[in-house]
Amino acid sequence: MNYQNIVKNITPKEKRLENAIAAFISGGLIGSMSEILVSSLGVDAMLIAWIVAASLLTGLGKFDTIVDYLKMGVIIPITGFAHSVSSASLEYKEEGFITGIGANFLKLAGSVILYGIVAASILALVRCLLWLV
Amino acid sequence: MVSIGFNNVYIGDWFSIASPDEEKGYIKNVDMYMKDYYYGEKTPEKAELKMQKTVVNNLLQRNKFDLIIGGDLSNQLGIMNMTAKNYNKSFLGVYSACASFVESMIIGANLLTNKQLKSACLLTSSHILGSERQFRFPNEYGSLKACYTTSTITASCGAVITNSQTKYKITSGTIGSVVDYDIKDVANMGAIMAPAAAKTIYEHLINNGATIDDYDIILTGDLGKLGLEFLEYLLKTEYNIMNFRNICDAGSCIYKEGQEKYMGGSGPSVLPFVFFNKIIHNKKYKRILLVGTGALHNPTLVNQKNSIPAVAHAIEIEVAS
Repeated sequence: MNYQNIVKNITPKEKRLENAIAAFISGGLIGSMSEILVSSLGVDAMLIAWIVAASLLTGLGKFDTIVDYLKMGVIIPITGFAHSVSSASLEYKEEGFITGIGANFLKLAGSVILYGIVAASILALVRCLLWLV
Repeated sequence: MVSIGFNNVYIGDWFSIASPDEEKGYIKNVDMYMKDYYYGEKTPEKAELKMQKTVVNNLLQRNKFDLIIGGDLSNQLGIMNMTAKNYNKSFLGVYSACASFVESMIIGANLLTNKQLKSACLLTSSHILGSERQFRFPNEYGSLKACYTTSTITASCGAVITNSQTKYKITSGTIGSVVDYDIKDVANMGAIMAPAAAKTIYEHLINNGATIDDYDIILTGDLGKLGLEFLEYLLKTEYNIMNFRNICDAGSCIYKEGQEKYMGGSGPSVLPFVFFNKIIHNKKYKRILLVGTGALHNPTLVNQKNSIPAVAHAIEIEVAS
């Protein structure tokens, strides 16, 4: 057997099911809490609340520990977006406003924005076509 | 591979500094511990620079040397160069990732063996926050770690090799070749480095006419618990070496269970950290083979879908009783 297969066989597997369940529960909780916030305060307030909470926890150094337990359930919602932006700006703040924070602010979130816009455009096009039909 | 014999080269002195993470682990006898990762500085890079300066200053108090040879993980050896500018000494910067310390030892021993030089200082360091940011993600970013990855240690180690006789004699070294077994998983550094380690160990044994039982311990650098399994597998299948009793991995004996360091420590300072603070104090070990293992990881090339090559250098030390 070649070495790559041996490596694949011996390397421990990630506990995908456990991770998925943790993400399902934590992501679902964030979703349902957002529903309550939307109905009581509105969409804008809900988004701001999550962004502030995630950025604050990142600044306090707690968010990465939370991710260890709650997995992708806190990374996929807007909390993850806020976290990626705030962690990058914390990391590069010593390298200046332009070359540090400015250049690296969207280092992790850049692809989310880019492909989010691409996906939104495609879906909008599909909707437009459906409307024409 | 090339093996070189050395004459009249001895290890004279050493100094290490580490962070609280290592203090909680198994390795005691460390000269100095920092209170936190930052060592009173604003960035991890500046902290690493201060750690290196602490090591060199302490070695300078007790020894005389005119040459510093060293390497760390920072881009363009930035931190090592910044350290070197503070001392009016000749300086050679070397890089073979986590095998840098053994590489500098081979170069230093080679310069000393023909008596053109009386002593030299070898230096290395690594910092978990600096490495995470350079090779992976921002430190506060909650990236999910693979359960089989290794964690960079925060330590700086220095040693002085000299012509004047001490108990610890450097007898020979083998300069490794770069090998690539086509592994692309950046989390699985043990699997990347194990083939290089196996090849260097085998070649060193052949070139010196020795068998694996002649050594009291073969200390590999930072393969981790998982990498050690791959090393044993390769020695068995490719090189027909069946006895692994003497092989120990430095990275996997630093941290305790529950420290969340996965498969163990990694970084160029792992090998000297364990060697100078544990192995050298153990009177059992008379003939020691140090195998520094380096994964030559370049994030740009990995993103361009290349695999990660690795290199391992070996150096043999005899301890007089």
